[in-house]
Amino acid sequence: MTEPPILLSVQDVTLHFGRVQALSRVSFDVKEGEILAIIGPNGAGKTSMLNCISHFYTPSQGHIYFQGRDLTKTKPTQIPRLGVARTFQNLALYSGLSTLDNLMAARHIHMKTGMLGSLIYWGFGHREDLRHREVVEEIIEFLEMESIRKTVVGALPHGLRKRVELGRALALEPKLLLLDEPMTGMNQEEKEDMARFILDAHELRRLTLVLIEHDMGLVMDIADRVVVLDFGLKIAEGTPDEIRNNPDVIKAYLGQEHRHL
Amino acid sequence: MTVLRPAGEFDESYATDMATIRRGWQWIALFGLIAGVYLLPFYASQSTVALVNRIAISIIAVQGLNLLTGYTGQISLGQAAFMTVGGYISALLAIHFGWSFLITLPVAALGAGVIGLFFGLPSLRVKGFYLAMSTLAAQFIIPWFTRNAFPELLNGAQGVNVPVPVIFGIEFNTPQKYLYLTITFLIITTILASNAARSRMGRAFVAVRDNDVAAELMGISPFKYKLQAFFLAAVFAGVAGALSAHHLRHINSESFNLNDSVLLLGMLILGGMGTNLGPFLGAAAVELIIEFATIAGPIVSAWIPSNSAGGVQALRPLLFGLALMLFLIFEPKGLAHRWQLIKAAWRLRPFAR
Repeated sequence: MTEPPILLSVQDVTLHFGRVQALSRVSFDVKEGEILAIIGPNGAGKTSMLNCISHFYTPSQGHIYFQGRDLTKTKPTQIPRLGVARTFQNLALYSGLSTLDNLMAARHIHMKTGMLGSLIYWGFGHREDLRHREVVEEIIEFLEMESIRKTVVGALPHGLRKRVELGRALALEPKLLLLDEPMTGMNQEEKEDMARFILDAHELRRLTLVLIEHDMGLVMDIADRVVVLDFGLKIAEGTPDEIRNNPDVIKAYLGQEHRHL
Repeated sequence: MTVLRPAGEFDESYATDMATIRRGWQWIALFGLIAGVYLLPFYASQSTVALVNRIAISIIAVQGLNLLTGYTGQISLGQAAFMTVGGYISALLAIHFGWSFLITLPVAALGAGVIGLFFGLPSLRVKGFYLAMSTLAAQFIIPWFTRNAFPELLNGAQGVNVPVPVIFGIEFNTPQKYLYLTITFLIITTILASNAARSRMGRAFVAVRDNDVAAELMGISPFKYKLQAFFLAAVFAGVAGALSAHHLRHINSESFNLNDSVLLLGMLILGGMGTNLGPFLGAAAVELIIEFATIAGPIVSAWIPSNSAGGVQALRPLLFGLALMLFLIFEPKGLAHRWQLIKAAWRLRPFAR
């Protein structure tokens, strides 16, 4: 079997906030079709890493290549067009729109209707809306959100909002999906549902996933490889089994040498 | 808002699900309403028709403001200034070139839109309160310009007299005749505004309003859509300004002042921001309050003879301010929201309260 090609390559990324070093010389690769988990204690720089990939932050050093294109030199609005989508740690939905319209708004990058077309609507704009409505309805069905289709997302409970966010990211039809703690604040059942949706999306839509998550049991279950960050440094990378037994990782999490396990 | 309908009534295609008007009787009701308004001159007094004209023109201006403030979330205190631009452009084109109203109005609208675009540029950098301040600049610069620039053309503070529109040989020189113009343009702007809200652009507007960071990372350029919203808001203001100028047959730097900008924003808040119905309800409510103040003024001054002139003057802003305050406390989502609640309650009857 041939090694799958590298989809995303993070090379020597360094990020400062004033004198605080959020990331220092972090490098890792994401292979096509894999699930890569980024773990680490609070403040380790996990979200900063994702923000660099989606070019919300610009790293002070280093490059991030996605299919050969340097994302640190690409406008943020162009990145989803290349095929990189993300969700947010603290929900960032369009709270005044319904579930349906949140997903339709994500279809923006695949649509062409301009200002005049929108104003007249009759004809092209309407037909385009209908076409994309079908794509969105497939995602709604996939994520079992039919009952909340027309509910304004501001009125939804936390667990469902997280699901709408996943739906919105899927509606972008990405190749690479960045998930920033998709299961925070969920109970066990909701977490299991979410894990099922994520794994289904991975398999059915052939998505490559980069996942930040605190639930170690879950990470070890679903991730192909794990990258561990601590204080902005990459301290380990490997399969879940390697990470579980890595003394640096245990030290980072427990704060001292772990002698008797 | 969940759409509640009688049991057994289903949409069978996405097209009918997305339609604004779904049922035959709704079309009939709509055409009945439009016909009722068009036929006003035959059964209503001249002052009523004049009031409806004022309301219709205000609705158009508020529809524009709604796209900008309601949907895109950019507060603007300059809407009346763009009405001034539209009014002057249409007037000057009619005076100096003798163009038909049907040409001067769209040109005036586009002209106002371009000026609006210019004053929308600060929205790249500033938000909320600070943006309100920078749009206020339009409200000072544009009237100053009309007072001081090109005196031979704009005639300084005196302003210019605007010709009566003549279309297909018909002179629109009375409120009754003018009603046909204002209502026709109101129908057009209503269609455009509701299309703008439900289409790709409208979703981008709301995305920018609700979460500009997420919108940007989802491929929606906040700056582009803020500018489009400023442009459209000013286009609508330009239409309203031109309609008003040709109706009153005069325009000067004080025709649409800061007071009017605040009134338009008040109408939008009262009616309900980010709804298609809001501009209608808000403009009607505020114009009716003003009308009431005009009628009640002499009565109040009869009660309080010592300060009669001041009393009449103060009644208008007093009532407007009171209404705005009460709405912000008791109905912050506006009249349109109340209307939604009433509809929902009727559908659920007898189960809902």
